[in-house]
Amino acid sequence: MSTVGTGSNDKCKIGVYVCHCGINISSKVDVSKTVRFAAKLPHVTVSREYKFMCADPGQDLIQQDIRDGRINRAVVASCSPLMHEPTFRNTMAEAGGNPFLFQMANIREHVSWVTLDNTAATEKAMSLISAAVERVVFHQPLMPNRVPVHPDVLVVGGGIAGIHAALTLADAGQKVYLVEREPSIGGHMAKFDKTFPTLDCSACILTPKMSAVRAHSNITLWSYSEVIGVDGFVGNFKVRVRRKPRYIIEERCVGCLDCIEACIYKSGKVPDEFNEGLVKRKPVYIPFPQATPLVAVIDAKTCIGIRTGKCKMTCIDACERDAIDLNQSEEINEIEVGAIILATGFKTFNAKRIYRYGYGKYSNIYTSLELERMVNAAGPTGGEITLKNGQKPKAVGIVHCVGSRDNKTNKYCSKVCCMYSLKLAHLIKERTGAEVYNFYIDMRTPGKGYEEFYDRLLEENVHFIRGRVAEITDWVMTPEEEGKLVIRAEDTLVGVVRRVPVDMVVLSVGLEPQPDAEDVGRLFNISCTREGWFLERHPKLAPVSTFTDGIFLAGACQGPKDIPDSVAQAGAAAAEALALIDRGYVVLEPNTAYVQDELCSGCKTCIDLCPYGAISFDDEKDTAKVNGALCKGCGTCVASCPSGSLQQYLFTDDQIFSEIKGVILYA
Amino acid sequence: MKKPKVGFYWCASCGGCEEAVLDLAEDILGVVAAIELVFWPVALDFKRSDVEAMDDGEIAVCFVNGAIRTSEQNEMVKLLRKKSQLIAAFGSCAQLGGIPGLANMFNREEMIKEVYLRSPSVNNDAEITPKEDIQVNEGNLILPALWDTVKALDHVIDVDYFLPGCPPPVNLIEDVFNMIVEGELPPKRTVLAPDVALCDECERREKKPDKLTLKEFKSPFEINIDPQECLLAQGLLCLGPVTRKGCGGACIKANMPCTGCMGPTGRVRDFGAKALTAIATSIDSKDEKEINAIVDSILDPVGTLYRYSLPASFLHRHYEKMLIGGSK
Repeated sequence: MSTVGTGSNDKCKIGVYVCHCGINISSKVDVSKTVRFAAKLPHVTVSREYKFMCADPGQDLIQQDIRDGRINRAVVASCSPLMHEPTFRNTMAEAGGNPFLFQMANIREHVSWVTLDNTAATEKAMSLISAAVERVVFHQPLMPNRVPVHPDVLVVGGGIAGIHAALTLADAGQKVYLVEREPSIGGHMAKFDKTFPTLDCSACILTPKMSAVRAHSNITLWSYSEVIGVDGFVGNFKVRVRRKPRYIIEERCVGCLDCIEACIYKSGKVPDEFNEGLVKRKPVYIPFPQATPLVAVIDAKTCIGIRTGKCKMTCIDACERDAIDLNQSEEINEIEVGAIILATGFKTFNAKRIYRYGYGKYSNIYTSLELERMVNAAGPTGGEITLKNGQKPKAVGIVHCVGSRDNKTNKYCSKVCCMYSLKLAHLIKERTGAEVYNFYIDMRTPGKGYEEFYDRLLEENVHFIRGRVAEITDWVMTPEEEGKLVIRAEDTLVGVVRRVPVDMVVLSVGLEPQPDAEDVGRLFNISCTREGWFLERHPKLAPVSTFTDGIFLAGACQGPKDIPDSVAQAGAAAAEALALIDRGYVVLEPNTAYVQDELCSGCKTCIDLCPYGAISFDDEKDTAKVNGALCKGCGTCVASCPSGSLQQYLFTDDQIFSEIKGVILYA
Repeated sequence: MKKPKVGFYWCASCGGCEEAVLDLAEDILGVVAAIELVFWPVALDFKRSDVEAMDDGEIAVCFVNGAIRTSEQNEMVKLLRKKSQLIAAFGSCAQLGGIPGLANMFNREEMIKEVYLRSPSVNNDAEITPKEDIQVNEGNLILPALWDTVKALDHVIDVDYFLPGCPPPVNLIEDVFNMIVEGELPPKRTVLAPDVALCDECERREKKPDKLTLKEFKSPFEINIDPQECLLAQGLLCLGPVTRKGCGGACIKANMPCTGCMGPTGRVRDFGAKALTAIATSIDSKDEKEINAIVDSILDPVGTLYRYSLPASFLHRHYEKMLIGGSK
């Protein structure tokens, strides 16, 4: 932060420019009257009006007055600063003035658009102009800081969004760190058999991209790793990554499976996460055949060699490449990056939360993700859809909106369930020939080829019953329900309560934020919505940006999304990161807080308050210190400072109180 | 060289400020030698007529302690203003309104009733209360009017300097006398104490955690106060972070929390509001109910946070009562 020019010492000469905004303002506010009023305010040397201040001729008025020495500070009374503050600051700077010796009075959004009475509107406009004039007197000439941008990028999460973002950036020549928590990248997409609506084989389209990640010279892939610390600011993040010990030396392992074969456990002992716990795996394992990196991992919680040391350690003998190291410890890597893309994905709704649906109570009730594994040719049943007794189901019910559109669980629509339910219905029908009943609230199939897919399913004689399922029970009422699961629902199209006996139920669980989304948000200094999805900067105009500059969002961590949307968003996030890197520098708004060193008592009240980690305690000087580059200008610390020793550029006490005085004096 | 003439006067105060001058102990001899005392009713027999007889500006410096709450005090300080080159508000009552300023939470009628009629130690069956103007056998007696609103000194006259504290610390008083004798005067309206908060000179600052996590505010009598740990960290409402330093942390050395008598720093416009924001940051809860319960554990919030500064605050006084009583 530095101040420039001699503005503060010059005699204060303020120009006031009142905008008509076509008739947006002038239809309510008597602009000429406000101009006459402004002319009489202290330090005002010029007071003018114009139809569109933001248009070139309007800006020229200001510039000419600056060049002619009539003014050195300006107040524009027009629209919201969000709209045109940058415009007029530029206007000032181009004419040789300081862009921050400027204040806007919002007499459109705050006055003409919200005031019915013309006299009241004019009065209000004048009081706001008075406030802006009083305030701008105390403005200091400031200069924004330019900081260079580090060209590397961190992508967090190796699902399809993270993979796509990483590849896009790497192909553009950027060095990318891809950090994945699980032993392999691939995310949810790797678990799917087919994708809707084209019924592409999921693995066939995903695995080439996974291999490309592995092979790309610009990508550093750290699987089984987590980000544990983020410092710094846009363009200059310092990130600490914890690489969990996998007890296998990654460089040596070729994924030959010999160690898994040799494990003293002859069969699986632990629920296999990748297969949604449908089968068991050994403590040493490779999550799935296409895992990337194709490197075994040993689960320290269940490996008795690591846990007790008392094991024959047959795996070590079996490994010809000496890749097993049971004494491996975690590793902390520190990296510097200019931008971060978060693609941390989602988790599925826990179906046990809706006890009426009997998940975990009755057998042959599966979540949609479990069924995805079951229909997958590489899955635990080799793609066979079977009941617990080994037989093929004759009737299958698919229950939509489990944990979605429900006041008791999640109010939002998970967006993908209708389509994946249709896909599963198709696959079940195709593989088993069973009658398939879809219980839905509304079919939501917007998307390219989606509605057509729904039509196709209707033609395939899949049944659709419109109604939220009340319960799933084994309490039978008729002989034909014997031994079956009965789905009870009101068919709202017919207006009757139906009991549909089936052999198997699929619960189409909704999407939820990752359980640690709040913590991750805090780690990266970004906000979450009430539900826990990462909050984008603007839902329409900045959908992949966050309120922390340089951190972007991709995929379902921002909200439920299907694969095409996730990939599109990942591309957008990569483009945003590239735009930042390509520019090479960032301009920081000079509204930062600063500590008046000699006045700070070192009481530490502010230290823990900063949501951006910009404040620390200087142990040498025994005062607080603000990292101006990290500071977002939220003012929390400034308000909290008990001795008023923290101030904020553009929001000093003098500026704020004079603004209030301006309003009160007018009244 | 001619000795500078110095005056002392007291208004609504407890007398502690006057005693603080005597706390200079033997150093007072040097002071008395260097200055000429022309007015000090509490110690020497001066009359109002003595002051009236002086030339305007004859007194070099007059120290006024106490808040202003009667017509007599108002008249006297206006007279002293005329006769003095410099007026220094001496102590927190004169500077900010002080303890008497808490009367601004009530109005005159309520106070008179409380003191003369309702107080349990009073036996006043005849319900006699002070009157400004009363006819007795000997004639007509007139008492000074008690105002509805207590004011700080600079609400009624121009004040050149402020000496904070309840009472002002001896070393600061000495500094002021030296300043007068040397003739090295700071800019007008300076508060004659360092403009940094008390934590800066607190022996326990090292012990203050980066984040306070308080679930309850406690009064000193409720706990065994650790003599080394930060008092705030022990749940005591120590106002050190908000309060100007200069006292050397006298209360804290005596193992009691700072009550804020030195007033705010020069950058703070409202002591209590600042104290409140600082306190709010130390509450360890995100649940509204729990937060309310924690805040409720602050007994007498106005008396705690505005103990010395209610008249000088943005609040100034209890608003509803102002409409009834009328401020003079």
